[in-house]
Amino acid sequence: MATVLAPPVSESGFSFENCKRNAELIKKGFPAPKATKTGTTIVGIIYRDGVILGADTRATEDTTVSDKNCMKIHYLAPNMYCCGAGTAADTEKTNAMIASQLELHRLNTNRIVPVATANQMLKQYLFRYQGYIGAALILGGVDNTGPHIYSIYPHGSTDKLPYTTMGSGSLAAMAVFESRWHKDLSEEEGKQLVRDAIAAGIFNDLGSGSNVDLCIIRKGSVDFLRTYDEANKKGVRQASYRYPKGTTAILTTKTKNIVVEELSVRQIEAMDVSS
Amino acid sequence: MTQLNFISFQSILSYNGSAMVAMKGERCVSIATDKRFGIQAQTVSMDFPKVFEMGPHLYLGLPGLATDIGTVYEKLRFRKNLFELRENRRMSPQIFSAMVSNMLYEKRFGPFFVEPIVAGLDPYTCVPYVCNMDLIGCRNEPEDFVTGGSASAQLFGMCESLWEPNMGPDDLFETTSQALINAFDRDAISGWGAIVHIIEKDKVTTRELKTRMD
Repeated sequence: MATVLAPPVSESGFSFENCKRNAELIKKGFPAPKATKTGTTIVGIIYRDGVILGADTRATEDTTVSDKNCMKIHYLAPNMYCCGAGTAADTEKTNAMIASQLELHRLNTNRIVPVATANQMLKQYLFRYQGYIGAALILGGVDNTGPHIYSIYPHGSTDKLPYTTMGSGSLAAMAVFESRWHKDLSEEEGKQLVRDAIAAGIFNDLGSGSNVDLCIIRKGSVDFLRTYDEANKKGVRQASYRYPKGTTAILTTKTKNIVVEELSVRQIEAMDVSS
Repeated sequence: MTQLNFISFQSILSYNGSAMVAMKGERCVSIATDKRFGIQAQTVSMDFPKVFEMGPHLYLGLPGLATDIGTVYEKLRFRKNLFELRENRRMSPQIFSAMVSNMLYEKRFGPFFVEPIVAGLDPYTCVPYVCNMDLIGCRNEPEDFVTGGSASAQLFGMCESLWEPNMGPDDLFETTSQALINAFDRDAISGWGAIVHIIEKDKVTTRELKTRMD
C-alpha cells in the first residue's frame, strides 16, 4: 500500500526528522517556540483510608493563560491516579502511555497492579530520556499493601512520602502541609487540607490558578471530584456585546449543503475480557 | 514609525503571520482565519489557505509556519483518509484531534511549527466541538472558543468579551468575524482579508470578509 507519494504511517517512538532543520532555524536567529507548560500546584497526601490527590487547573504559554480549566489529574489504573506538572504535552502523553501498559499488565496478571510498579515504569521511562521529557509527577494509589504517594522528578528520581507537593506552587502548598498534616487524618480533614494547599498555590503562585480538582482513592473505590472548589468565580457580565446582524462587510458567500442520508444508533457490546 | 527589529527576534511561529479563531454556538461551530502569507513584515500573498475542510462537518486550522502548514495538512489528510477507508466510518472531531495530537507529539524533539485548531460537529450526534493544541500536541478543549496564530493574544481579549453561550449561526458569524477583524487590525503581520466558516448540521456557510488591507 505504501508508495513514495503515500508513505506508511510511521513506526512507533519519537521521530527526529525535523531536528536538523529546526537546529538550522535556531542558528539563523529563530529561537524554538515555547510549548504549553503547566506552571502548577499539584499535591498528594495519605490519610486514614487512602490517598487524596489535588491539582489546580491553569495551563500557561509563557505569561498567557492558555487553558483556564485543564485537567492535571490523570487516570493511570482503576486504583491509581497521577498528577502532572511541567510540560503539559509530556505529562499527558507519558501518563497515557503508562496507563495503557498498566492495563495490559493488569490483564496479564489478573491482579490489582501495585503502585510501586507504576512508579518503577514511570521513573525508568523518564530516566531514559535524561530529563528532556519535562514531566514532574505525583503518583497516588491504593493497592494490597496499602496507600502510597510517590513524587517523580523529570530526571527519573522518585520519593516515597506521606505528603508531597510539586510544581511552581509547591512551596506555598508545602507550607500548608508542614503546618497541618498529621497521621490518620479523616477524609473530611484530608479534603479540606488538600483544598487549602492547592488554594495556597492558586493565590500565591502566578503559574497556578482557577479551580481545585480533587481525587480521593480508597481501597476499592475512587471519587474524582472535578472542580471541587471554584476558587475564583467569574463575575456575571452586565451587558451583551452582541453585534447586530449585518455589521460585518461580506464579499462573497458560499453555502455547501450537507445531505444527511442516514443516522443510525447502535449499542456496542462491551469487549469480552474474561479469558 | 518603525519598531521593526521586532520580528527578527520573534518565534518562528510568527514568521509568516496568522490569526485564527474557532467558537462554539448552539448546535453550530465557527472557524475563521485571516488570509495573509508574508515573510516577516513583507506581504507575499493575500489568498493563502490556512483552514482546510477535512470532512463534511470537520475543519482543521493550521496557524504557524507556512511550510509546515502544507506538510502537516497533507500528512493529516492521508492519515484521516486511510482511517476512514479502513474503518468504514466517519472520523469524529474528537478522534481527529487525538490523531493530530499524537502526530505532533511523535515529533516532540523536532516539532512542526504549527498550533492546530480543530472545529466541527460530531458526525452522528452533531454536538459542537472546538479544540486547539500547542506545537507538540497538548490539547485544550474548552467550552467556549479557541484562538491561534500571531494575533492570539488579541483574539483572547476579543473573544473573552464578545463570546456568549448558545449563539445561533447568524450571531455566531457576527461575533466570530468581529472578534477576528478587530484582533488582527492590532497585529501588523496578520489580516489582509478573512474567511469565516459556519458549520451547521445541514450546511456549511463560507463567507469572505471585507477588511482593512494594510
